[in-house]
Amino acid sequence: MTLWLDTLLILVFLTNLRLLGSSRLGASVRVVALQGVVLGLLALASRGGDLTGHVLFLAAVSMALKGVVFPRLLFRALREARVRREVEPFVGYTSSLLVGAAMLGLSLWVGTRLPLPTAVASPVVVPVALFTILSGLFLIVSRKKALTQVLGYLVLENGIYIFGVALAQEAPLIVELGVLLDVFVAVFVMGITMFHINREFDDLDTEQMASLKD
Amino acid sequence: MQTIALVHPALALVLSPLLLGVINRTKAIFAGRVGQPLAQPYRDLWKLLRKGAVYSRTTTWVFRAAPVVGLAAILLATTLLPLAALPALLAFPGDFILLAYLLGLVRFFAVIGALDTGSSFEGMGASREVQFSALAEPALLLGLAAVAYHTHSLSLSEMISGLSSTHWSQAGAMQALLAASLFMVLLTENARIPVDDPNTHLELTMIHEVMVLDFGGPDFAFILYGASLKLWVFCALLTGLALPVRTGNLWIEVAVAVIAIFGIAVLVGVVESCMARLRLIRIPQLLVGAGLLSVLALVLSLR
Repeated sequence: MTLWLDTLLILVFLTNLRLLGSSRLGASVRVVALQGVVLGLLALASRGGDLTGHVLFLAAVSMALKGVVFPRLLFRALREARVRREVEPFVGYTSSLLVGAAMLGLSLWVGTRLPLPTAVASPVVVPVALFTILSGLFLIVSRKKALTQVLGYLVLENGIYIFGVALAQEAPLIVELGVLLDVFVAVFVMGITMFHINREFDDLDTEQMASLKD
Repeated sequence: MQTIALVHPALALVLSPLLLGVINRTKAIFAGRVGQPLAQPYRDLWKLLRKGAVYSRTTTWVFRAAPVVGLAAILLATTLLPLAALPALLAFPGDFILLAYLLGLVRFFAVIGALDTGSSFEGMGASREVQFSALAEPALLLGLAAVAYHTHSLSLSEMISGLSSTHWSQAGAMQALLAASLFMVLLTENARIPVDDPNTHLELTMIHEVMVLDFGGPDFAFILYGASLKLWVFCALLTGLALPVRTGNLWIEVAVAVIAIFGIAVLVGVVESCMARLRLIRIPQLLVGAGLLSVLALVLSLR
């Protein structure tokens, strides 16, 4: 079982790398969708053999939301805005990957020192969770297009989700559903915001918001 | 020292130009051509060795030494590598670092040989070669460090014999990461397609080819032969680390390893047929990515 868990965690890690190094918005949305599906599988794999209806239901809802609904919403925004690429990010793509290496080092260092209440299934769970959170944060601050920032937010949330999968195995159903609903509403609202940014500036570049003065 | 340890260097010396032939044949089949004979690299080497060399007046002894030192260093590298159960000719703790530095020496002499001609064109190739290898080397060393930690040994022979055939099921994730990272390093160091195009003579695509433009005759034969040996060294390393086959019979294992080496050559040919060369800007991303894969393999081996 650890082998599957490791493989899935490495897939999450690779999707993060792809996001850090990719300039194409469409490809990035697909990668985040893939990450969402992998997270659903991760939740199943971390439970080992005992799959209850509760776990299956949550994994299915999360996979459907992150793998199908969000990509649809985002692709729609992409189509309306007619943007294909992140042209000039604040931090270039190769530098982003190097920052990724530094973030990986940091998450490993923190991961070994973090006192955890329970034993985790795999030693890479905590580093990968931290790395995912950090890459999400980094995507939000280093990219200009509103869409990539939304993707960064989703990745950040995915990182927290991995943490939850690793540690709080017995979170009540209502809490987890609440979290998923929150994310859904957040992406929905961000979709509307993107629509308005695009209508105002004919672009998804959040830099231009600086020109708004009263 | 055992005489049996001489088998791997001998195999490398004899079979390495055939690797280039296999790659060319794979590409030809993909393109629907008949392709050159498999033994064409041998004929090229023989043709070049019979020619005389021409030296420009601006070059110094460095230019003449470069092909010889490059070939000598890569020959030494073949003696450090074990092949399946065949022990390496030289094995001591820490020899994998010597291997990395021997590869560095080959590169260093190729680069100063290119700079010695005073041609700005060759200088450009040299600068690219150094830039990309600077990123490929950490990936290689970290990957080897992961194996060293996993097998608790510092010598290549022990590292490779320490991996058992059940290794893939025990640490499959680490193994897959390592193989992917080493394959990317192999493509970079041997100037194969996603990084460099060995067929073209265009300024835009050339890295390795441009550095050897001014060499002719036996010097160029040394460089070509050195390049094929280098390809053999990387293929043998990748085979040893990624495909530990343990049957108990020495010669079956050796045969499997040699077949796997040629399998990697076919794989390189397939990659070259299916992919376009990456833009120069994207290559560092590929290599940093390879380095990160190695880091993660190291982390997985630390448990």
